[in-house]
Amino acid sequence: MATATVPKSKISGGSFLLEARTPHEVFTPEDFTEQHQLIGQTTEEFATNEILPNVEKIEHKDFSVTRDLLKKAGELGLSSVEIPEAYGGLEMDKVTAAVIADHIAKYAGFATTWGGHTGIGTLPIVYFGTEEQKKKYLPRLAAGEIVGAYALSEASSGSDALNCRARAELSSDQKHYILNGEKMWITNAGFADLFTVFAKIDGEKFTTFLVEKTFPGFSIGAEEHKMGIRGSSTCPIILNDCKVPVENLLGEIGKGHVIAFNILNVGRFKLGAMCVGGGRVSLENAIGYAKQRKAFGKVIADFGLVREKIANMATLIYVGESLVYRTVGLMDVALGEVDKSAADAAKQTLKAIEEYAVECSIIKVWGSEMIDYVVDETVQIYGGYGFVEEYPAERAYRDARINRIFEGTNEINRLIITGFLLKRAMTGQLPLMPAIKKLMDEVLSGPSQSEELEGPLAEERKLVAQAKKLGLFVAGSATQKYMQAIQDQQEVMGAIADMVIETYAMESAVLRAQKIAEQKGEAAASLPIAMTRVYLSQAMEKIEAAAKKVIAAVAEGDMLRTQLAILRRLAKHEPFNTIELRQQIAGKVIERGKYTLA
Amino acid sequence: MKILVCMKQVPQKDAPLKLNESGTWIREDVSYEVNEPDAFALEESLRQKEKHGGEVVVITSGPARAQQVLREALAKGADRAIHLEDNAFVGLDAFNTARAFAAAIKDEQFDLIFTGLQSDDYGYAQTGVVLAELLGWPHATIIMHIEKNDAGIRVKRELEAGYFQYVDMPLPAVLTIQSGINKLRYATLIGIKQAKNKPLRKVTLAEVQSAIGANLQKIERLYVPQKTKNTEFLEGPPAEVAKKLVDKLRNEVRVL
Repeated sequence: MATATVPKSKISGGSFLLEARTPHEVFTPEDFTEQHQLIGQTTEEFATNEILPNVEKIEHKDFSVTRDLLKKAGELGLSSVEIPEAYGGLEMDKVTAAVIADHIAKYAGFATTWGGHTGIGTLPIVYFGTEEQKKKYLPRLAAGEIVGAYALSEASSGSDALNCRARAELSSDQKHYILNGEKMWITNAGFADLFTVFAKIDGEKFTTFLVEKTFPGFSIGAEEHKMGIRGSSTCPIILNDCKVPVENLLGEIGKGHVIAFNILNVGRFKLGAMCVGGGRVSLENAIGYAKQRKAFGKVIADFGLVREKIANMATLIYVGESLVYRTVGLMDVALGEVDKSAADAAKQTLKAIEEYAVECSIIKVWGSEMIDYVVDETVQIYGGYGFVEEYPAERAYRDARINRIFEGTNEINRLIITGFLLKRAMTGQLPLMPAIKKLMDEVLSGPSQSEELEGPLAEERKLVAQAKKLGLFVAGSATQKYMQAIQDQQEVMGAIADMVIETYAMESAVLRAQKIAEQKGEAAASLPIAMTRVYLSQAMEKIEAAAKKVIAAVAEGDMLRTQLAILRRLAKHEPFNTIELRQQIAGKVIERGKYTLA
Repeated sequence: MKILVCMKQVPQKDAPLKLNESGTWIREDVSYEVNEPDAFALEESLRQKEKHGGEVVVITSGPARAQQVLREALAKGADRAIHLEDNAFVGLDAFNTARAFAAAIKDEQFDLIFTGLQSDDYGYAQTGVVLAELLGWPHATIIMHIEKNDAGIRVKRELEAGYFQYVDMPLPAVLTIQSGINKLRYATLIGIKQAKNKPLRKVTLAEVQSAIGANLQKIERLYVPQKTKNTEFLEGPPAEVAKKLVDKLRNEVRVL
């Protein structure tokens, strides 16, 4: 049944802003195959039976436990779904990769380790390795026999990684590169075996090297004392005349940036999936506590303000799932068109994934900010107990914070979202400019009868259409004012990104609820619909605020007043009764004791 | 050894259950999982196969959703599966389920049939025993350990109060397996991937219709137990109160 309604034809990245989608064009968790479900179950059991009982040991940096777990994960196949079969991998779809990331993220300390190993620690070789490099390293990485790490950042270069100081020089016998420098914030460094290291050949050509920890001149610095994810290892690495065989140069000389940018891009969706998985755990803890903690003679789960928080958290997890799985579904369709036997299969794969750079950045930003809200409110529900280490809320609160920083800060990702869309618009890949022009003509010609939508969730779909128009309107006004120089207006770029993010989230929530309603009936979809309405209400507020901020900056006087009038018209909607909706959501999830849609 | 494992899909342990409209069973819109003792039965069969070679076949009855338990078993290492697929199978009592299974496997030659000790939903603990009777095979229940020998098998049964019974049995035989007797394996991803291509035979209701008859067991009414709280104060001198208390604990509450 599921396979009949999942998307089959490729949809352009970023086109969600311009085109209306139907439920059949999006992949949702309800579309999981039997195989996806079984893999989710295996991951869930692995996390519950193997990881969680070891949290205390790992949190105190007993990394022998971590290595054992990586080995076990490898044996189960959890670490090799993105590795080709020819190199000991399972070569499965991105939905599977997301399902595993989602369910393995029950404990952030280990999830970070696993994510670093299977993502940035392994994928550079998958996509850029030579045949020899792949044969040499991938089977052992897949099995968890060796652990991978990725060394890009330095003390004085992070988001601007190309500014790195690490140098490489070819040895006189031309058999080695001699690397010198220091890399910082390296996940897994304390116990990893293989590092993807970036350095400039002759101080100029930014290049990637595969460095084994046993290479002469390689050493590892002390563990950082971190705010969170203390169960993961983060150390600097020191390259002191480190001898790297020439055959360990990865990719091309001077093309390190291609690897650096692509690898972060291909991993971002999994970070979003992990945030959703972590959020689910936090919500479950919060509900468990709220159901047993009594105040004023009743459990605090009975109080409206606590129920409101629980409803918000569940709503965000629903939207998060909708966003993540919709996006990996898009990627899988595009990846299905890649000719795996072609010589440039890796290149085609990267291109197919890059197509959804905007969507992947959205997931990263949205997911990391979502989980910060969830862990924050979890602390609040635990009250004083949320502030002490004996309860899970405190650690989750600290652990979540890094998500907004690593894998590209949320600021960088916001710039990617707007920047990428504008770039595609300029090159004509995305017909953004004609759409903006059409909208401008429409709004300037005065109020028009808006088209009436029919069928389930008509009102909600109308709101999504309004959000899209608001985004185009603001992007149009801003580009008119700044033209190409808009790239330098970071605050404007950021505000537009916020509108784009919220629009994608809104639409993903609506389409999923619509799909559930169409397949199982509106009664079965009552909770998804309630969550969608709650989310739409808050997203519209954010969109309106961001729109006002930009308009106020780009227009003044009469023009400002005209534009604000247009903005009000585009944003106009009757509010949902979110108090009642949140009560409904809270009632169900509290009864169930965890996130649920039924 | 050729082993058949009977498996059942039951509502998930922590699923919130709601009564159906006629009050005779629960509503179907819950999440399902493998009946726990059946998972241990499957694990035991896989271990026996690893030791002695042979084949593990899994069987279930129920609507399309029940196929999930078969796929899971195939992913863990079962060789093939039989699915009696029809919603009507859900309503069969243990006797009829056993008759349907017997009919579905009439052309097969198994050495052993395993079932879980009982199902987590109805909890009849009858299907395995009835199946043995229908096939004319010996059976033993609440099995904790199985050792193959030249004459057949030697099994360890769990009795009450920490006692065990050892039984020598000929083959073929039916065994109902106790939970917790082994450590369950995970379905590996490679196993899950391969499970898709393993044979799964579907049996329709029509194919086994002639073997089954009217249900002999029926649930008349199902209801949620009402929570009641009754506090009784025992009065009198301490020695007398203690005596009354012991009497109540022994004869009314029966915890002593």
